[in-house]
This record gives sequence, structure tokens and C-alpha cells, in this order.
Amino acid sequence: MSEPICLRQLPVNTQAVIHSVAAAGELGRRIRDMGIVPGTTVQVVGRAPLYDPVALRLRDFTLTLRNSEADHILVIRQD
Amino acid sequence: MSQAHIRAAMSGQPNCGKSTMFNAITGGSARVGNYPGITVDRLEGTYRKNGYDIKLVDLPGTYSLTSYSMEEVVARNVIVDEHPDVVINMVDATALERSLYLAVQFMEIGAPLVLGLNMMDEVKRSGVTIDIKRLSQLLNVPVVACTARLGQGREELMAEVVQLAKDTKGLWTPIRLSYGPDLDPILERMTKRIEEEQFMTGRHDPRWVAIKYLEGDELVIEAGRAAGPLSAELEAVCAEAEQTTRANSNTTPDAIIADWRYGFINGLLKQGVVTGGDELRRNISDNIDRVVTHKLLGPLIMAGVLWAMFYVTFTLGAYPQGWIEDGFTWLSGLGTAYIPEGYVQSLIVSGILGGVGAVIGFTPLILIMFAMLVFLEDLGYMARVAYMMDKVMRIFGLHGMSVMPLIMSGGIPGGCAVPGVMCARTLRSPRERLATILTAPFMVCGAKTTAYLMLVAAFFPASPTGAMFAVVIAAWVFVLLVSRLLRSTVVKGESTPFVMEIPPYRLPTLRGVAVHTLERVWQYVKKAGTVILAVSIVMWAVMTFPELPEDTVASFDARRFIAEEQVRTANPQATGEDLDTLVSEAQKPITDEQNEAALQYSVGGRVGSFLKPVTDLAGFPWQANIALIGAFAAKEVFVSTMATAYSMGEVDPEDATSLSDRLAADPAWSLPAILSVFVFMLLYTPCMVTVVAIAKESNWKWALFSVGGSMAFAFVMAVTVYHTTRLFV
Repeated sequence: MSEPICLRQLPVNTQAVIHSVAAAGELGRRIRDMGIVPGTTVQVVGRAPLYDPVALRLRDFTLTLRNSEADHILVIRQD
Repeated sequence: MSQAHIRAAMSGQPNCGKSTMFNAITGGSARVGNYPGITVDRLEGTYRKNGYDIKLVDLPGTYSLTSYSMEEVVARNVIVDEHPDVVINMVDATALERSLYLAVQFMEIGAPLVLGLNMMDEVKRSGVTIDIKRLSQLLNVPVVACTARLGQGREELMAEVVQLAKDTKGLWTPIRLSYGPDLDPILERMTKRIEEEQFMTGRHDPRWVAIKYLEGDELVIEAGRAAGPLSAELEAVCAEAEQTTRANSNTTPDAIIADWRYGFINGLLKQGVVTGGDELRRNISDNIDRVVTHKLLGPLIMAGVLWAMFYVTFTLGAYPQGWIEDGFTWLSGLGTAYIPEGYVQSLIVSGILGGVGAVIGFTPLILIMFAMLVFLEDLGYMARVAYMMDKVMRIFGLHGMSVMPLIMSGGIPGGCAVPGVMCARTLRSPRERLATILTAPFMVCGAKTTAYLMLVAAFFPASPTGAMFAVVIAAWVFVLLVSRLLRSTVVKGESTPFVMEIPPYRLPTLRGVAVHTLERVWQYVKKAGTVILAVSIVMWAVMTFPELPEDTVASFDARRFIAEEQVRTANPQATGEDLDTLVSEAQKPITDEQNEAALQYSVGGRVGSFLKPVTDLAGFPWQANIALIGAFAAKEVFVSTMATAYSMGEVDPEDATSLSDRLAADPAWSLPAILSVFVFMLLYTPCMVTVVAIAKESNWKWALFSVGGSMAFAFVMAVTVYHTTRLFV
């Protein structure tokens, strides 16, 4: 198993499993409410034209986050 | 016959098809209201069948039931305070896991729940099977398969509501989820203390209060502090709980609660509820998005879509607009012919028909524009726009979601700042929302569109589309720059989470688009029928009274008499009609002069002249002065006041010269003056109705700031533009 990396560093079209969500307060709550909790499999499906925000696919839907928000999420890359 | 009454609430996450189902169930019976003190719309409707009278209230769409946004607080309070007999939870079955997250929170409160699994047609197409019966057993909640856009599942859903109301008889039974070995014992302890002290138990379930304390829910804790000293004890337990969770798993209690909720849902779905499919699979929407949100193609397509909306609106809308204008011309003709000359005729023809007609004429444009906007919203394209634009919007201190209120306000001309300001509610950050609310009125709303269309037709007849496009671009530039300015001065602060769902593309139903469009157009027409009618009458009076003194009128009469005599002497052979034509031609300049003198003598004219030394700095023609004052009531009034200012006292009803032609012929409108008025119109004080909306969405302090700030800013910009252009012309 590889080391956890920051979600921002995950390239498009790669899969990863959420390792931990470090955000607290409202941001943490929003992220978790949308289903980003440890153990969830996610895939980066795209990035906006200006590279930010990032679009993720998880739990049968698509979610977007800003890169600065993705910084709070650690993932383990699945290759 | 006595009827059994059931009170039900309709809940669901955004984009789950809740509104579609609500409309399908309540038919045309839905009524829009407001929650007291806040501006979230409250939709209520009824459903009657087999002796049951079900009153249905539509809750705002939310992903969760925290207290971070107004919508969530409203949804939660309706459940807790109104204690409905049944809560219907519409669920997007294509994203079942995430959707059930809200359902579980309703079950934690204890509300009797009926689940409506929507989008079942899409689920089938994607090759996934959902075992409805099994899901129902595991959750111990009735579950109904629905396809709201086809109206499928409506009757079954309501049958379950009736059955559940009969079974539960208003008794609520909250479910007891486990939140793991760290939190369960703590929860147990807190619940026991809450029960002992009867702490807020009149309103809430004890365990639910404990959960909310652990989640750090600000509203519940605040209410708890007011309720009694136990709050301090509970907060101490929470701090202790956080120490435990930090030590054991380096996380906070609220994170653990969310984990376990999802764990519960995930475990449940794995027990044979969902088979087939892959939760990361690419669907058609993802493939479309590869093009639509592509690095280069995305922005190009977005610009193309906006341009197409313009083009369609202005070319297609021109036809019905022409018919309506013809209709009003015909009505004015009737008025002139059948109402005896005098104040009544002048009031009806010049004041009312002229004013309201000019506004109603633009209804087709607004209808077409709204229909396309609603279509794009329901299609899911607007979420993509927010996604693509966020990076840019953030630079100016706004949010990707600001795009929506800005577009609604007239980022694509034809919107209205009132719904625009109101739809800024979806922004969770108070600061970004405030910046959006304060700058959105700069956009080219439907009312300003009418003014600009008229001015553009007058002064840029060769390239109306290009000129309009330039106006809209200017509006966006001003909105962004001023937002940046506001966010670094009066509304400073950090930005808020963007976290947003991108819903799959879904073809909107004709009915949905029609209902929403007509609703908005109706609001516009209502405004024309009320505010603008009243303002038209007031403006007419202001520009009619006081009348010129009798001796002045007599001197104009004398000059006309002399002119007639001169014509007669110069053309001794002319008789009958020929003579009449010659006479009226000779008298026209005198009459025009008299009309102008009359208008300048009136209250409106005097106010206009009083302001003239100031507005001269920006080069406004005096008619624009009056029109701009009137337009504070409603921007549409600009056109109608200009119409009145330029046509008042017009004797010949057959004169088909349009207002635009008359403006173009007036030498007071030099290019610097035109541009100056264009800029001022864009930026100055929002209309009365918008000011009220701003006050409702923030407070009166900000509303007054908007009034004064916009006025000062607009004036400075207009003066700058006027003098800069004069250097080049």
C-alpha cells in the first residue's frame, strides 16, 4: 500500500481511496455530508478550464471541490 | 362528509426531482408563501383522494440538516416545530447512497418517513437493480419507486402517506444508530442527563439533542444555553469526547458521526439492495462534459450559448413585440378618437397606454429569455457554468455560485435583479452573498433591457446586437471590479467552501419549463400592471401640472394664428385639405416649442432643471433627467417617461414615428451624452423593488448603502465617460 497523498496531486482519471479528511468546521461538514469519508473510493474525472476546481466521481455522482479544499483531503492512490 | 386531514412535508436533496413530484401531486393547487422573517419560499399544496385531505408543504432542497445554511435550518425547523404527520423524502435513486444520508437524518429526528425513489427509469437504463422491498425492510420505512417527470409513483406514494399516517397516529420513533465505541457510551451518558433534566425535551428527542451537541450544532447549542445550566455540562462532555476521538483516531466527533451514518447506509445497501453497476462508472453526462467543460471548448461553448440566447431572443422576440406595439397604437387611436379631448384623454392615452404599453411590449422578449434560462437551469448546464467560472469569480471575491444570481439579475439581459438578489440565498458565505447582492443590480435586467433596446435602436441602428453585447460586457466588468472593491473594503473576509454537486444532464420537461417561465413572466406583468401603472400616472401628473399660465398659452395661440394667416397669404389658391396640411406644417414647430415649454414648466421639468447644473457635468439631456428620476420606481419607467416626454401633447394619432426615431432626431443626444446616459443607467440606484429585496436579504443598512453608493458611483463614472469621450469626438 502506498503512502497517503494530497487529493490535489491526484491526476485526472486515477482512482484513490479517501484516507482522512483534515478539515474542520463548516468545510469539513460539507465535505463529509457529500460522502467524502475515509474508505470512500473516488476518481478525478476532470478539472475546470483554469485547472481549478476539480471534479470527482464518487458514490454514483459527480462532486466539485476547489484545490484549496482538496488540500484537506488525503487519499491513497489505487493503481 | 368529514375528511381526514394529514399534514405532510416534502423533502429531498437538490436535483432529486422533488419539485417535479410536488407539482405532479398538488397539480395547480400550490401556493407560494414566505417563512416569517426570512425569504425562503414556502410552497404549499393539497392532495385530495378517498376522503383524505393531505396538506403538503415543500421543504427547501438540502443535502443535510446542519445549521450552516438558511435552507437547512428552515427544513429542520418545519420538521421539529410543525411536527408533520408524515415526511416524504424524495431520493435520487441514481445516487442512492448520498441521498439516503438526508433520509437517515430525518429518521434520527424520528419523523415518520416515506421514501420516494425517483429517477427509476435512469436506474434501469444504467443496468442497476434496486431491491425496493429489501430496502424498505432494512430501513423499516415504506419505499415507492417513482419517475417524477412521467408522474409515475405519485398515487402509490400518497397511498403510503395515508397508510403511514394511520399506522403512526402522530407518534414519532427516532432510530438509534450506533456511532461507534468511542461515542456510543458518551451519547448514552448525555442522553440520560438530558432525560433527567427534561432539557429541551418539549421540542426535541433527547438523544437527538445529544447528537447535535456532539456535532457542534451552533443553533441547538445556542438554544441549549438559553434553556438551562445543563448546556455547560453537555459542552464539557463534548470537549471530553473530542479529546477521546482525537487520541484514538485523530479526528473530531462530528466527523465520526458522519462516517458512521455513511457506514450504516453503505452496510445496508450491500445487503442485496443494489446489484449491478459500478459507483465510479462514467455515464453519458461525463462523456458530454468532456466536451462541454473542456479546457478550450468549454468556455467557447459557454460564450456561444450566451450569444445564441441573445440572438434568439432579439430576432424571434421582435415579431410578437411588434404585434403588441401595434395593438397599443391601435388602442391609443381608439382613445384619442372616442374620449373627449382633455385631461382624461391625455391621462389614458399619454400616461397609461403610453407607459404600460411600452413595458408590456417587452414581455415576449422576457418570456423567451426566461424560457431559455429555465431550460438551461433544469438541464444542469448552470452548474457547469459555476464550475467553469469559479476560478474567475473567486479572483473578484465572489463564488462560482454567484454566476447564477448574476445571470438571473440580467447577466444575460432580460433577467430581473429582484429574483436575482433573492436567489443569492444559495450562497452559504455571508460575505460573498453580500457582494453578489450589492453588485447584481448593475446587470442588464429586463427593465433596463427595454431602455437599452430603445436607446440602441435610436443611436446604433446599424449594429443593435453588437451594441447590446457591449452593454452586457460592460455590466459584467463593472460587477466584477466593484465586487473586488467591496470584498477588499466593506465586506472583507475569507471565501467559503465551494463543494458542489454536478448533476447529470437531464432533459427538462416541457411542463416544468413552462410553469417556471410563466411564473416569472407573470411577476413581470404584475409589476407592469401595478407599480408601473401607478408610476405612469404619477409621472404623467408630474409632467402635466402645473400647466403653463394662460397668457403664455395665449401667446402661443397668437403665434399659431399669425402662422396660419401667413400661410393663407402666401398660398391664396390653396383650399381644403391642402391648406390644412400647410397650416399644420407651419404650426408644428410652434406647438413643439409649447410642449417643451409646458414640460419644463411642470413639476418634473422644474426638478429636472433644478438638477441640471449637476447633471450637466455628465451631459444628460433634460428629458433623460426626468426619466432617470422616474426610473427609480421601476427601470421600465425610463422608456415610458421618455415616451411621455417626447410625445406629450401630440395631436396626430396617425403619427407613427417611434420613440427611437424621435430620440435619434434630437441633437441634444451627442455621442458623449449617449454613452454617459448608458453608463449611468447601468450603475445607478437599483429600483425600489430591488432595494426592498436587498433590505430583506441583508438589512436596511446595506440597502441604503446600495442606494447611496450606486448613485455616487454611477455619477462619477458617467461624468468620467462624458468628459473622456468628449476629448475624442
